[in-house]
Amino acid sequence: MARSLQCFQWFWVSGKTLNMQLTLEFGGGLELLCDSKKIHSVNVEPQNGADKLIMKDLLSWVRTNLIKERPEMFMKGDTVRPGVLVLVNDCDWELSGQLNTSLEEKDVVVFISTLHGG
Amino acid sequence: MESIVADNDASRILREIESLKDTRTRIDHKISLLEAQLREINLQNGASEERSSPPTVDSRNGLTPDMIYRYSRHLLLPSFGVEGQANLLKSSILVVGAGGLGSPALLYLAASGVGRLGIVDHDMVELNNMHRQVIHTEKYIGQPKVKSAAATCRSINSTIQIVEHEEALRTSNALEIFSQYDIIIDATDNAPSRYLISDCCVILGKPLVSGAALGLEGQLTVYNYNGGPCYRCLFPTPPPTTACQRCADSGVLGVVPGIIGCLQALEAIKIASAVGEPLSGRMLLFDALSARIRIVKIRGRSMDCEVCGENTTFTQQKLREFDYENFAQTPLSPAPLKLNLLPTESRISSKEYSEKIRNKEPRVLVDVRPEVHFKIVSLPNSLNIPLSNLESRLPEISSAVKKEEEDKGVVSGSSAQLYVVCRRGNDSQRAVAYLQKVGFTSAKDIIGGLESWTHNVDPNFPTY
Repeated sequence: MARSLQCFQWFWVSGKTLNMQLTLEFGGGLELLCDSKKIHSVNVEPQNGADKLIMKDLLSWVRTNLIKERPEMFMKGDTVRPGVLVLVNDCDWELSGQLNTSLEEKDVVVFISTLHGG
Repeated sequence: MESIVADNDASRILREIESLKDTRTRIDHKISLLEAQLREINLQNGASEERSSPPTVDSRNGLTPDMIYRYSRHLLLPSFGVEGQANLLKSSILVVGAGGLGSPALLYLAASGVGRLGIVDHDMVELNNMHRQVIHTEKYIGQPKVKSAAATCRSINSTIQIVEHEEALRTSNALEIFSQYDIIIDATDNAPSRYLISDCCVILGKPLVSGAALGLEGQLTVYNYNGGPCYRCLFPTPPPTTACQRCADSGVLGVVPGIIGCLQALEAIKIASAVGEPLSGRMLLFDALSARIRIVKIRGRSMDCEVCGENTTFTQQKLREFDYENFAQTPLSPAPLKLNLLPTESRISSKEYSEKIRNKEPRVLVDVRPEVHFKIVSLPNSLNIPLSNLESRLPEISSAVKKEEEDKGVVSGSSAQLYVVCRRGNDSQRAVAYLQKVGFTSAKDIIGGLESWTHNVDPNFPTY
């Protein structure tokens, strides 16, 4: 853990392009799990030196780095909990391969909890 | 003795008010019926006069002169026109829920000239609805929302048919009610109703305009339209109950459901009049705080969907037997939860607590509601430590107890009693269970919370 954090900082500081810059947005109440902040501009490094990042990796990165409380309100098993929609560049992730969706630099990923109120 | 007499007087007056209000509603209703009859007679008289003189109107479009005048701004729209209006006048739309979403939706649907407009709701109008449920007026507080909404719709447009379904939507009545309408609008406030409504629409082949709003956000989409997905295609598994916040607990800015409800009316009008492109296969996400509307592409119909998929076995019979409350782990008409976690010796009634105050017994009162609730109203001398922070703020409780003992000069051997209060008496029990575990063994909760304080001790203490 400490080692990967060091690597992460090193890549970032050295300004190499191994990090992927993404915009993550949380809505429908999910923002409460990450300090009530809705929009997060983040740099994520692909796992184990891989040259691409997929949604599965991003989810575990989010869980470790952004979710501050009640992780069970965000994830169930290795995917999002029922009632959460995931949108990659304004498109339902079901249409792009769910957990296997490949991410690219500057992608916008939205996590939104479905509302029931009225 | 005096107070008993006063109580009797008060309840007699209340009964009288209730019965007068009932009479007033009946009279209002009768007046609007008579007015409609009168208009009908005038219209026929006008028509017969016309017959006697040579016809000056070409009425091939089926619109009466009154209709042409009333809907003229619709008729002038090249993309809507006479055809769109004629379709609308022939259509029937059902709005389930006459609350924050249903109110504006119904206002616009009635005004626009939907031929038959149905309203389903079983709730009564309350003062704390008024900031967002704009179809209701103060004089209807305490009366059924369906009656209130129908009266407003009739006062806007007496020429359309308004149907009152004053009942809760259940598996036993949903199919029968829905089958009388072309389009369904989901303006409810809970997960099991949303599944029931969607399933019903799939079985009967009705398009569903679904809206939701909470806090400062809203969502909107059209389900089961032209081969598009249904609610279950998107959400095959219900969310955990802890993820389903209610307006009554989390709050809602009144205009937010207003905006979504208006958009629901718009989508329903588009479908009914066969004009434009409905929001099917797409979802609108509205964030009021940042003034952002995002329209995203959602998945299509799922072949594996339990209700609309290829190999579905979901029939009318199955719907009637389906336990939606158990499926979504939430009642169809959500009432506040009533937990019972603690033994009676760890609990105290609000009346008993008021006696402790009167007797100046050494005590500390911890209010475990979120800070935003505490700011609305609180009991004097209470210490606000929200349940979510309780663990980290235990030392504050210890020092408050110690200070109270010093101030009141408590003799050694006894101690200041620790009480916990919240809004309705659920979180206070959770807090006491935790406090007892970490050493505050004599902590007690106030049964029924501040709501019980208002009901049983001080009727002037505000509720929210």
